Amino acid sequence: MPYEFEEILETIRMTQVEHFDIRTVTLGINLRDCADRDVNVICQKVYDKITRVAKNHVKIAEDIERRFGISIANKRIAVTPVSIPFDNLKKDEFIKIAETMDKAAEAVGVDYIGGFGALVQKGFTKGEKELILAIPEALANTKRVCSSVNVASTKAGINIDAINLMSHQIKETARLTAKDGSIGCAKLVVFCNVPEDNPFVAGAFHGVSEAEASINVGISGPGVVLQAIREAGRVDLGQLAEVIKKTAFKITRAGELIGRKVAELLGVEFGIVDISLAPTPAEGDSVADILEAMGLQSVGAPGTTAALAMLNDSVKKGGLMASSSVGGLSGAFIPVSEDAGMIRAVQKGHLSIEKLEAMTSVCSVGLDMIAIPGDTPEETIAGIIADECAIGVINDKTTAVRIIPAYGKKVGDIVEYGGLLGSAPIMPVRNLSSKEFVLRGGRIPAPVRSLTN
Amino acid sequence: MDSGRVIITSYGINRPGVVSKISTILAEANCDIQDITQKILQEFFTMIMIVDISNSPLSFKELHDRLANAAEEMNIKIMIQHEDVFKSMHRI
Repeated sequence: MPYEFEEILETIRMTQVEHFDIRTVTLGINLRDCADRDVNVICQKVYDKITRVAKNHVKIAEDIERRFGISIANKRIAVTPVSIPFDNLKKDEFIKIAETMDKAAEAVGVDYIGGFGALVQKGFTKGEKELILAIPEALANTKRVCSSVNVASTKAGINIDAINLMSHQIKETARLTAKDGSIGCAKLVVFCNVPEDNPFVAGAFHGVSEAEASINVGISGPGVVLQAIREAGRVDLGQLAEVIKKTAFKITRAGELIGRKVAELLGVEFGIVDISLAPTPAEGDSVADILEAMGLQSVGAPGTTAALAMLNDSVKKGGLMASSSVGGLSGAFIPVSEDAGMIRAVQKGHLSIEKLEAMTSVCSVGLDMIAIPGDTPEETIAGIIADECAIGVINDKTTAVRIIPAYGKKVGDIVEYGGLLGSAPIMPVRNLSSKEFVLRGGRIPAPVRSLTN
Repeated sequence: MDSGRVIITSYGINRPGVVSKISTILAEANCDIQDITQKILQEFFTMIMIVDISNSPLSFKELHDRLANAAEEMNIKIMIQHEDVFKSMHRI
């Protein structure tokens, strides 16, 4: 037999028992050819294009799922940041586009569509400002649309004006979606150094340098890594890094295979495989559990940042060996609400926003799915975002903030979203003012390391 | 670039007729069993088959569904997966 008995059983165990799945197969679609002066014409073009290109997306992904026996949890769509092709539009017209995107996503059977966003790290165009103004209503009026705005980069610095505006919009989104636990904020990300090929919503969009259409794949395997670490037993950290690397290799190879097959059948380019460890609220599918299996009493204990750094780096090394098309965010995700172990640590008081912030300096995303009291001032949210951007800008990495100032909720409450979004305990925020700092406005200049030429 | 081969893995509580049932389904579907390996541990069995399905008139889904029905009938698990997934995960 060309394969060892154990090899085959290992694959079966990963997919059947340890929650290894393809988290998302995301179809990126260029919308730059949908521009027009008249918003109704734009909406028609956008709808037609999305439904034409994505017509078979879900069906093909399901066929591939069956053929390889690996579940594909989500089939999604990302489009060109909407502010780019439609820069001539006003706020209300952008809301119409969001509604059109929602309808198109529904028509082709996908649960989320990313790309209602803008790239404003250096400044706003008129259209970009209008789009940002439209975000709260766009998210409140739709179910499937996700929005992301890039406000900082190592090359451009940190646009504090954009952060202030976004903080206001986050609060407004929370208010408009108050009856659903401010769920609009779960569909809104503020980025620094955003990758243009990230397949994971809410931050997914089809970057301006991308091809006409492309398939990007996000894998997810915290359960598999957890099991491998448990099986490794009491080995030293160098050996543990090897174990993680080998596991990441295998899941990346499976991810790339599936991405390439879906792309081939859809007749579009294969983009990247994002080798992120993306947790789900399911028991045993948690990044926090991995850190605890590495030896920490609880995530949040001293040593957490070091453990996470090693995990993240080992995943990357295994992934890079496995595929030449690694991209997107590619690292460990540490969302609070979507990870049972993280929720537990927050509820027990083991994990603060400050510790999470430190962890984001070594992981792939940022402060993700963190619920805070609804009365947190918007300037404080701006301060939190500015801190995350500073980590990203100085370390030349992606960071992001997806924060939920849950309307009417206070510390001790829990917001339940269900499904992959999980449930979010409201975390305390330091009651110290950032106002005089962030309201200075302007842009924090690009750091020394931007001058790499 | 597909090899046309699948790996069929079945496991569960051992009982007479498991191999015969699966191989009959495959023979009827004109699938060629190229390799079989089986292990039995007390009352549990695990069987792995490498099967060429390229000459089968059935679609992958039809074959999948027939095996799924048989699995349900015999109260065992049967997985059918394209060979490429094992090749990519376990071979460089």
